[in-house]
Amino acid sequence: MILPFDIIILVFLIVAAVIALNVKDLLSSAMIFAIYGFLICLLWAEMGAVDVAFTEATVGAGISTVLFIATILNTRRRSSD
Amino acid sequence: MVEFFLNTVKPNFNYWVYVILMMVGLWSLIAKNNLIKKIMGLAIFQTAIILFYVSLGVKDGATIPVLEQVPVEAAGTVAAASTAGAFADGFANPVPHVLMLTAIVVGVATLGVALALCQTIFKEFDTLEEDELLRKIKALPDDV
Repeated sequence: MILPFDIIILVFLIVAAVIALNVKDLLSSAMIFAIYGFLICLLWAEMGAVDVAFTEATVGAGISTVLFIATILNTRRRSSD
Repeated sequence: MVEFFLNTVKPNFNYWVYVILMMVGLWSLIAKNNLIKKIMGLAIFQTAIILFYVSLGVKDGATIPVLEQVPVEAAGTVAAASTAGAFADGFANPVPHVLMLTAIVVGVATLGVALALCQTIFKEFDTLEEDELLRKIKALPDDV
């Protein structure tokens, strides 16, 4: 574990999570959630869990973003909160 | 304040962030009105728990759990296993990682099912906002 990287990534992680949940445009929200996925993938790699890191990169940042975008395109893009 | 940060927060920073992320996800599940935002909060909650488990496997000065050298003639024997065990302090504990690998895959499956249910709800009620949904469900006749 590399402590400076650790602290920087974790702070960005909280910021990305809060922004993703507070943006009213759901498509932007899905993209910021993809950023959150990549940040957490970086965090796993930095903590020595490389197998978890590449699973998170494909599944967490890739497939879940595709699922979110597909759902938003089939429903409504605006959110009330 | 600075002393509190250096003595209490910094050595356990992963655990503090895991609790914060978990509470952010829980807040979204309870307080958000849009169903997609709720599902996003569920995913954040899940990554927070994975963060907790992976943090358990971290050691100071440890590297990734990949063994570089095992003597060829000793590979696969008891001697090789004990040689690897002698250097175990230098590697992160891989057991929580393997457990969380399963959790990530199950998580994306639940995410897919939840979003599919969202699309079905949207087809039926033409909205994803919780308050409108409740109003429309209450307006339905009883025998539906």
